[in-house]
Amino acid sequence: MALARSFRYVEAWGMAAGREARVLQPRSLEELRAALAEARAAGTPLTLRGTGNSYGDASVPARGAVLDCSRWKRILAFDPTTGVAEVEPGVTVRDLWRHVLPQGWWPRVVSGTSFPTLGGIAAANIHGKNNFAVGTVGDAILEFDLVLADGTLRTCSREREPDLFHAAIGAFGLLGAFARIRLQTKRVHSGELEVTTFAGHDLGELMDYVRAHVGDADYLVGWVDAFARGDGLGRGQIHHARYLAEDEDPRAEQTLSLAHQELSPRVFGLFPKSELWRVARLLNHDAGVRFVNAVRYQQGRLEGALPPRRWTHNEFSFLLDSLPNWKWSYGRRPGHGLIQFQPFVPDGAAHGVLSEILRRSQARGFVPYLAVLKRHRPDPFWLTHAVDGWSLALDYKVTPANRPELFAFCRELSELVFEAGGRFYFAKDLILGPGALERMLPAEPLARFAALKRALDPTGLWQSELWERVRAPQSTSA
Amino acid sequence: MEHASSAAHPAPPSGPPRGRALLPPRGRALVIGASSGLGASLVRELVRQGWRVGALARRGEELERLREECGPERVVARVHDVHERAAVPELFEGLVRELGGLELLIYAAGVMPPVGPQEYDTATDVEILTVNTLGAMAWCNPAAEYFQSRRAGAIVGLSSIAGDRGRKGQPAYGASKAALSHYLEALRNRLGDYGVHVCTIKPGPIDTPMTRGLEGLPMMISAERAAREILGAVRRRANVRYVPLRWLAVSLVIRAIPSFVFRRLTI
Repeated sequence: MALARSFRYVEAWGMAAGREARVLQPRSLEELRAALAEARAAGTPLTLRGTGNSYGDASVPARGAVLDCSRWKRILAFDPTTGVAEVEPGVTVRDLWRHVLPQGWWPRVVSGTSFPTLGGIAAANIHGKNNFAVGTVGDAILEFDLVLADGTLRTCSREREPDLFHAAIGAFGLLGAFARIRLQTKRVHSGELEVTTFAGHDLGELMDYVRAHVGDADYLVGWVDAFARGDGLGRGQIHHARYLAEDEDPRAEQTLSLAHQELSPRVFGLFPKSELWRVARLLNHDAGVRFVNAVRYQQGRLEGALPPRRWTHNEFSFLLDSLPNWKWSYGRRPGHGLIQFQPFVPDGAAHGVLSEILRRSQARGFVPYLAVLKRHRPDPFWLTHAVDGWSLALDYKVTPANRPELFAFCRELSELVFEAGGRFYFAKDLILGPGALERMLPAEPLARFAALKRALDPTGLWQSELWERVRAPQSTSA
Repeated sequence: MEHASSAAHPAPPSGPPRGRALLPPRGRALVIGASSGLGASLVRELVRQGWRVGALARRGEELERLREECGPERVVARVHDVHERAAVPELFEGLVRELGGLELLIYAAGVMPPVGPQEYDTATDVEILTVNTLGAMAWCNPAAEYFQSRRAGAIVGLSSIAGDRGRKGQPAYGASKAALSHYLEALRNRLGDYGVHVCTIKPGPIDTPMTRGLEGLPMMISAERAAREILGAVRRRANVRYVPLRWLAVSLVIRAIPSFVFRRLTI
């Protein structure tokens, strides 16, 4: 079969940016190389893309064509004695967990949605709700094959090509395309987790709870009511989950089954969840979200008084996946949508900076409709977003009308973060301007990355809107 | 990839106008099968309403005359044979870039060669299916993907009342239109969630080269009138529309006739 291609609007997941482009969809290494040869011959740059789940423009082309690897998706091998999986880049997190869970394994690191591809999450070096304990997905990757701009294939691991290994993970597709990824999964003894809810009256209480439990929790994730003011600033709840030990789930075989993990496609057995976004849309304004948050906070307090309960891995990890197209509650026309502003702030400064961001958002009338608190740890990847500290992921509603002012406001907030030695995460970002890379990363890994990019991609074949946007004009790359 | 570097343009801050309006007053359309008959009338009517149209057809001279007549700045003409399905993605991309976007695709290509009562000719049947059905799929697929990604747009397929029942006279033609109607309905159901509309048009006899020389066709209307009614139906988001509307009544009757009776009729 010929290389599949189409012409369409290639969009940021949050719908606030996009561009029409030719999309090439290789299904094998041969087709990938054919696409590369075509692009090199025509002098067309390529932007790597998976299922397009980055909130911002990480996989939106600045020019040229898109290389969409999401159809190149076989699980090549899985060893149920060691938990090592080998996959093609288009395999999604969902494909992987459904393959390994019935055999007693779970991906070590998953994103908050199961739709991204493994190639995509490796390129973004994503983290999960267990970042503080196990690091990013890069820490779970053992080896990969990377196809360079000239079509050559390089096998990289911590031993074999340590520089390229640590540079390509988190490089957002600017060094090459993943062709094969080997990664370690984690042994689990049940298809369920034990989840405890803690409700905190303010941001400080939530952070204290997390600090007290980083040693004994497997997952810690906080939800913050960004509308709460004054003494209640940053109030919310923490979900604290732990894996079950071998003897804690007598029905393990059943809970590990896909049938047990499946969520009902309907609410109360009646209303289809696929239409719920229309209901959410009715509440998608300040008053509506303020109301929903108040209810949710009280619900968290009730839950906090109850004993821990058990959730399936699927439900705990990918809660929003069961609400198809929930982002359409922000609007469905391109240009209407959301951006996620996710500052990563070192531990010492985090409480002050994150509180200030919430206060300023309220004062300016741009209040995030969703705010998620997580604890992070550093990792060895060259372009990593992670710090020994905290992140607060903030979803702001974007419309064509509020866009310029909102983006300017977020840039203003980013100054607070840079001044505190913080960073941003390019799987989310859409607002940073030229030079952001230089402000958030130390000069030394950045210079090494630039040298590697020049050496491996001298003509600048691999491009993206993100890359054009955040690098300083004179620096790095061709 | 000849267009790839030259046609880059900035990310649009907003899509097409909001609200229920399916089609903008002055949009951009592609008409496949534009050199004569209903296709040519649709191009003229769209241009008259202020649209820019990409017109495709096999016959270059007729296409060129149409372009001259409508105003060369309003019509982008391309010679294309719908048998060349592999060429469609590239052509589609080039035309959308040249028009600067797309809101409407109309597949109007169709053939109805005369078929004798004793004639069972596979080559003719394959030709009919190729032009009427496979060509439609080859063009509707890239349009569906493009419109879905923009969550806006409309696809119009010219099916036929002939696809409603299996008549003696035109087995393959009827089958090609029945298949097209089925395909368009499925496309409509797929794309509905994305705000994309698919409209199936079932014209009765229309005064075009296709019907010229055929005798005794009832309730014939002009191609100009048919084009106006078709665009009106699209604007009103009609799912299936008989043109003119009175064919709906005829169709309801024809569809209700039991097979053992239908077999004995000469319609």
